[in-house]
Order: sequence, then structure tokens, then C-alpha cells
Amino acid sequence: MSVESLFPRLEPLLPKVQKPIQYVGGELNSTVKDWDEATVRWALMYPDAYEVGLPNQGVQILYEILNELPDTMAERTYAVWPDLEALMRAEGVPQFTVDGHRPVRAFDVLGVSFSTELGYTNMLTALDLAGIPLHAVDRTDDDPIVLAGGHAAFNPEPVADFLDAAVLGDGEQIAIAISELVREWKAEGEPGGRDGVLLRLAETGGVYVPKFYDVEYLPDGRIKRVVPNRPGVPSRVFKHTVMDLDEWPYPKKPLVPLAETVHERFSVEIFRGCTRGCRFCQAGMITRPVRERSITVIGDMVANGVRESGFNEVGLLSLSSADHSEIAEVAKGLADRYEGTNTSLSLPSTRVDAFNIDLANEFSRNGRRSGLTFAPEGGSERMRKVINKMVTEEDLIRTVTTAYTQGWRQVKLYFMCGLPTEEDIDVLGIADLAKKVIKAGREATGSRDIRCTVSIGGFVPKPHTPFQWAAQCDHETVDRRLRELRNSLRNDKQYGKAIGFRYHDGKPSIVEGLLSRGDRRVGAVIEAVWAAGGRFDGWSEHFSYELWMKSAAEVGVDVDWFTVREREEHEVLPWDHLDAGLDREWLWQDWQDAVNDVEVEDCRWTPCYDCGVCPTMGTEIQIGPTGRKLLPLTVV
Amino acid sequence: MVQRLRVRYAKRGRLRFTSHRDISRALERAVRRAGIPVAYSAGFSPHPKISYAGAAPTGVASEAEYLEIGVSRACDPLRLRADLDASLPPGLDVLDVVEARAGSLADRLEGSMWEVRLTGVDPAEAASAVAVFLAAASVAVERLTKKGMRAFDARQAVQTLTVVTDADGTAGQEPIHSCVILRMVVRHETPAVRPDDVLMGLRLVAGFAPPSPPAVTRLAQGPLDAMTGEPADPLEADRVGGDL
Repeated sequence: MSVESLFPRLEPLLPKVQKPIQYVGGELNSTVKDWDEATVRWALMYPDAYEVGLPNQGVQILYEILNELPDTMAERTYAVWPDLEALMRAEGVPQFTVDGHRPVRAFDVLGVSFSTELGYTNMLTALDLAGIPLHAVDRTDDDPIVLAGGHAAFNPEPVADFLDAAVLGDGEQIAIAISELVREWKAEGEPGGRDGVLLRLAETGGVYVPKFYDVEYLPDGRIKRVVPNRPGVPSRVFKHTVMDLDEWPYPKKPLVPLAETVHERFSVEIFRGCTRGCRFCQAGMITRPVRERSITVIGDMVANGVRESGFNEVGLLSLSSADHSEIAEVAKGLADRYEGTNTSLSLPSTRVDAFNIDLANEFSRNGRRSGLTFAPEGGSERMRKVINKMVTEEDLIRTVTTAYTQGWRQVKLYFMCGLPTEEDIDVLGIADLAKKVIKAGREATGSRDIRCTVSIGGFVPKPHTPFQWAAQCDHETVDRRLRELRNSLRNDKQYGKAIGFRYHDGKPSIVEGLLSRGDRRVGAVIEAVWAAGGRFDGWSEHFSYELWMKSAAEVGVDVDWFTVREREEHEVLPWDHLDAGLDREWLWQDWQDAVNDVEVEDCRWTPCYDCGVCPTMGTEIQIGPTGRKLLPLTVV
Repeated sequence: MVQRLRVRYAKRGRLRFTSHRDISRALERAVRRAGIPVAYSAGFSPHPKISYAGAAPTGVASEAEYLEIGVSRACDPLRLRADLDASLPPGLDVLDVVEARAGSLADRLEGSMWEVRLTGVDPAEAASAVAVFLAAASVAVERLTKKGMRAFDARQAVQTLTVVTDADGTAGQEPIHSCVILRMVVRHETPAVRPDDVLMGLRLVAGFAPPSPPAVTRLAQGPLDAMTGEPADPLEADRVGGDL
């Protein structure tokens, strides 16, 4: 049965909405396959606005990989803004894909990529607009399998009732495996219907099907245990790790949108994973071990991506890009290749201790000299020991001063507020540090024309990190500390004018905390917020703290219990049955070390400290140097 | 920069929803992919030398958009036309390229011919509304601009306004038989009078209110011919090579 394009029904609505081009599709390198030629059909959703979702690497990679399979097709769908949502409801136009403008409900799998928990309400909007029942138990054989991935899927419990399945970790291989499993099931005549295919997925041990697990609670509200409720379903579900990134050089055909998006560049992931061991960093914990892409494959991907896309900026992505074993050679080789072409390079995540000025100069050789950002994260030496971000004050001041003397006028410093064990003095330490940076910069350059911007985010404890047991700091305390910090900066006659200060209030972090460490009971809050009109929670103009608190109270969920309560060692955490490979005892020990200001080294350069990932997952660190060099590109 | 090339291109179908900024990004990328040796401005933040003349509004299709590209190495206009067209997404189509020889292109764009397709409209009602509009000396309309609501005259700039009865279609579009087509030539003035301003004027003077959004296409823009009152080819002066 073929499926008609919804575009003729959508088109008359487009003149009435903001930025209509985002709903039109037709991006360069996008793919529209014949509906009837595919047996397994995926709709891939990034649950935020098109301008945020389109550049997402994860979605682009899976879109390309799935479309390369001969009997599989993949199309993309994004959250529609409330103006179009209202028109779609009025005219009865369902959630559509931007490629073929096909109705999302007609697909076999709806894959939703959650980089953050703040997309949960947008998923509900999409399900509802698609005509797919919100609750997995209400779905029929005519509904797609709703499958979550992305970092937030490492604790999918708050959205467990809305999901049919979730996968943890790298998506490339498991997406192909799922597609193959669904293809076989369909070829056999869909035995067992919806539960039949979900059971097959669950039995692999690599796909979590929430409804096949029962959660039992203790009288005090804590979880007693989470157990499979049917035979064949494993008690633990493991994450997926792609080894040898050189074998997966995606995206090969980067999507180039007509609409403006948040990242207008071609990005190459230069490595995955990070073992620096920052204790607040969920990404660093759940993506272990470090797997580098080799310098030559990076070079080939950049050459291909720039040629295919026409972008004039290349981003070298990773969790800490200057840590690549051959980053200096990569930077020099690329700068040489693109000399005189107005193609600029950017290195989004750079550690103070891995930064060097030669590297920065290579990156700004062929284009704009972009700003420098460093993230000491903690304002005092003690705080940085607690979070294991081992950057000394001397290092930071030396690095920033060097940047000023080399011509950078503006440096951004990123910190967090609300960290475990934090006291007022730790946050006020940020002001001292910023002032010292300006003082040293003025002395070194002899100029007063230098600035730094202090940017602060609220800390949210995340699952699968040593801080998963920690009490989140209440928003009143965060707001008070930030006020005092702001006053300390503003009232400084000598340096205040040279220091910018950017921060958000602490309330959104509480909601993020509820969604990060929540269990299945939090799903009722999400649904109530959505039903009351909650949308686009990652956007400050749409987010409403009051709506979240009111909805939580209505459904009887105690937000404090999920956020500002410290957990004890043996409490069953909602995500304990989902295995990122991290040894729970190691995580607990690292939490104890944090409280005692004990640091841990990086296992790339020092002996293994038994975090548990490699033996559990059968993986190993893959790093260079390879000793190879980038050769000049032949001029076409 | 050794040469300037003037490009006429069309914005068709779904790509009519692109904004001017969207087109500008798409063009810069297409130029890079096509390997066209575009010249860059000097300075701290170099920009490709591509300038746009009077872009059609978001949501409006066009058969006659113009831009100028400065190149650092002499290019054959026919070759550039083929390369750029192949590199642009379908719907942004290059129609004509000439080497700039004389004068300013923007100065030649004196007026535009627009076509407005309206569905669910009675042709007789449209014709009488047009007659009332043309009979008026001025028609004050309001539009929300960046500076807030602004009132201006929508009548003076309208050179011609007719109801086309034979729906024989225009380039790039399928004929739609159940619709009324308004065709108008509007002089480029400040503030710009756009087809939707004329539609607003028709509503104000004659209560003419089409039930669904209009499909608007710019058919031509250029120097207004003294005899016909219609826009002529603005690239003609470059083709003959003389001074305008």
C-alpha cells in the first residue's frame, strides 16, 4: 500500500507560519526513496525545532546509513513550532517527514534521538499529531515502534510509558541490526504482531523494551527492584560501542539546508569517548573508551564533506578535541590544504591543559579568528578536585595570558554552579579567577583592551556518573550564589568593566534534574505538562517552571525527592538495569573520592583504574599516533 | 576582482518559501561547490562578492531575480550559467548570465510585473474590484514593517492591473483553470509596494477578499518600457555592450 505525500495539504498552511522553508525538505544530499521499494521504513525524529535538529550528527549518520541499506528507507521529522501545530490540528494534517512529506504513523519505526531530556514534551506533540497513541500499551499493529536513542536514553524511565523500546550507545551497528530484525519479522508475516517483534528485539539484550520490565517499589517510595516480566527477556540491557571509527566515516553526504540552522558547518567527529574523568560529565562516562579516528580518515572526510556541502567552516568534534593524539598534525595539514580558500576550522571543545597557541594559530590561519572558550567548570582549586577537572589556576592564567599576547582580545570562561559540596566561597572564587585573568592579561599585553566573559550553567546530576547519588543544589541557593558573584564582579572598579557575566536562573536545572534522574512515575508529570500546553522546554521563551511544578503537584510527584535528595549507596536507581559498562562499585568509590578531593588520572596515559567499561563491553582504547601526515589535495 | 557577471535566476515551486538570507547562503555554497572563482572582500571577515538586487519576498515565486558575482579569474558566462545551475538545488534555476559591461544593474530595475493567482474567486467580482482600485487617485494601506505599522499609498506605483481570463499558465507553473489571475506592473518605489499591498488595497476599496492565500510570482523586472509600460530585459544593455 503506497502512501500519498501530505505536501499538497501542508502547502496552503505554509504562507501563514514563521520560517516556512524549514518544513519543505529538499536539502542538498537528502534522500527520498520510493515507498514501495523499501520493506523497513524509518522516520527519524530530532525532537526540537528544525534549526536545532537538522545539524545533529547522530540523526544525519543514521539517516545515511539506513538509506544505504537496499530494502530500508529513512526520512526525517522535527518538532513543528506551535504556529504550525495549531494549523495542522485545525486542518487535520498529521505529523509529516520533511523528505517525502509522508505521515509518520505509516512508518515501521519512529526513532527519536534525545540529546537532552528537554525534548520529551516535543515527542508527545509529534506522537499526538501523528495519530499514534501516547502510551505504548495502547498502540496497535498499525503504529510504528517508537524507539529512543541518544544520551538521555541511558535513563529512559521517565518516558518509559511512551516508548516501545530504547537503545543505549552508538547507533550505527544497532540501527542496522534492528532494521534487519524487523525485515525478517515482516518477511515471516509479522508473527506475534507488535509484541512479537518487540520480544525479538528485547531478547537480543541490546534493545530495552520498558513494558517487559516491572518496577516494584518499597513502601518509602524507593525502587525495590526492576525485573523482566516475561521469559527470554534479559535482566540487564547493554550499551553499544562502535570500534574502529575509520570503518564508519559518516556523514559522507552531509545535509545542507536552505533554512538557517544553529551550526552552519561541516563537522567531523575526530574521536568518540573521553577518559579525562570529569565527574559531572555524563557524556564522558557513557561513551568510553576513547576511540580515535585516524588523521588520514579525518583528512579524507573533511575533503569530501567540504566538496559535497560547500560549507566554509569545518568543525572537528569530540568531547575534548585538543586531546587527539595527532591534533597538531591534523590542524597543520588541514590549514595547509585550505590555505587561501576562506575555509575556517573550529575546535569546539578545548581543555586548558591541552591547548597550545600554535594550534590556535593554525585554526585561525584561513578564516575568521573565532573566540576562545575554556571551561575550568569550578571556581576554586578544591571544587576542581571534587569534579576531577584538573586545571590549576596557574595553568589557566598562563594559557589565557598567552592567548591575549597573541592577539585574542576576548576569552570566554565556562563554569558550573550548584556542584556537590559547593559553598559560597567556591562560586565567589570565579570572580577572583576572572579578575586575575584580566590583571595578568593587562600586564602581559600592556593594553586595557582585553575582556573575558564568565558564563555559568547550573549543575544537574546525571545517571551513570559518580554524581548520580548526589543531592542536586536547590535553585534558591544557586540563584543566591550567582547574585553574589554578579555583585562581586559588578562592584569591582578595577576589573569589573572588562568582565562579562552570563548566567541563567536555577529553575530550569531543577526540571532537567527531575527528568534526568526520574523514574517511571515522572512520566505522568511530562504528560500533564504537555497536556497543559508545555512545548519546547529547551527554549526559555517557551519553558515554564511554574507549569512543571503545578503539574508535578497535581499528579502527586514530589520534585524535591527526585532532585535535592541524596541517594545512599545501595538504593536501586531507576537506570541500574541499563548497563553502560561502568562498574557500580567504581562509580561509588569515585563519588567518595570526589567528596574527599581525591583526583583520578586519565587511563590513556596512566594505568587502568578499573572503571569496568572495557572488560564489560569487550572494548579497548584506540588511540594514535599513527605517524601519518596529510598530503596536499590535488587541485581539481 | 577581474570581472563581474550578472545572473538572472528563478525561484520556483517549494523554494518560493526561501527568504532572501536563505538564498544568499544557498548561493554562496553552490558557488563553492561549483568551483567558481568568486572574489572575496578584503579585511578581517572576508565575504564573497555576490550582490543581490531587489529580492522577492518569502513565499513569492519569481522568474526574474537578479544578482551580480565578482570573480577573481575571467569566466565564460555560458559555462558559469551551466555550472551554477547544476550546483544550485532544483527550484533555484539559473536562466541567464551576462558579463557586466555598463552601468548599475539595480538602477535598471525600475519596475516588476507580478502575477497573482487566486482560487475560489468570482472573475466578475475581481474585475469590478480592479476597476474601483484603478479609478481611485490613491489607496492608503498599512503594513507591519520593522519600524512598526506604516501607512502608504498602494495606488500610485501601480502602472497596470488587469484580470487575465485565459488561464494558459506561465513559465514553470501548471495552468490552474479554476482560478482568477491578476497581472500587474508595479513601479519600484520607497516604500516598496508589493502585490499583497495591492490585494490589501482591493479589499479596502471594494471589499474584495479571496478565501485562500494568493500564489504570487514575479514574471519580470527591469527598465519600464515607455511604449508598453512593461518591464524590459535589464541585461540587454550588457549584451549590446553600450552605455545605458
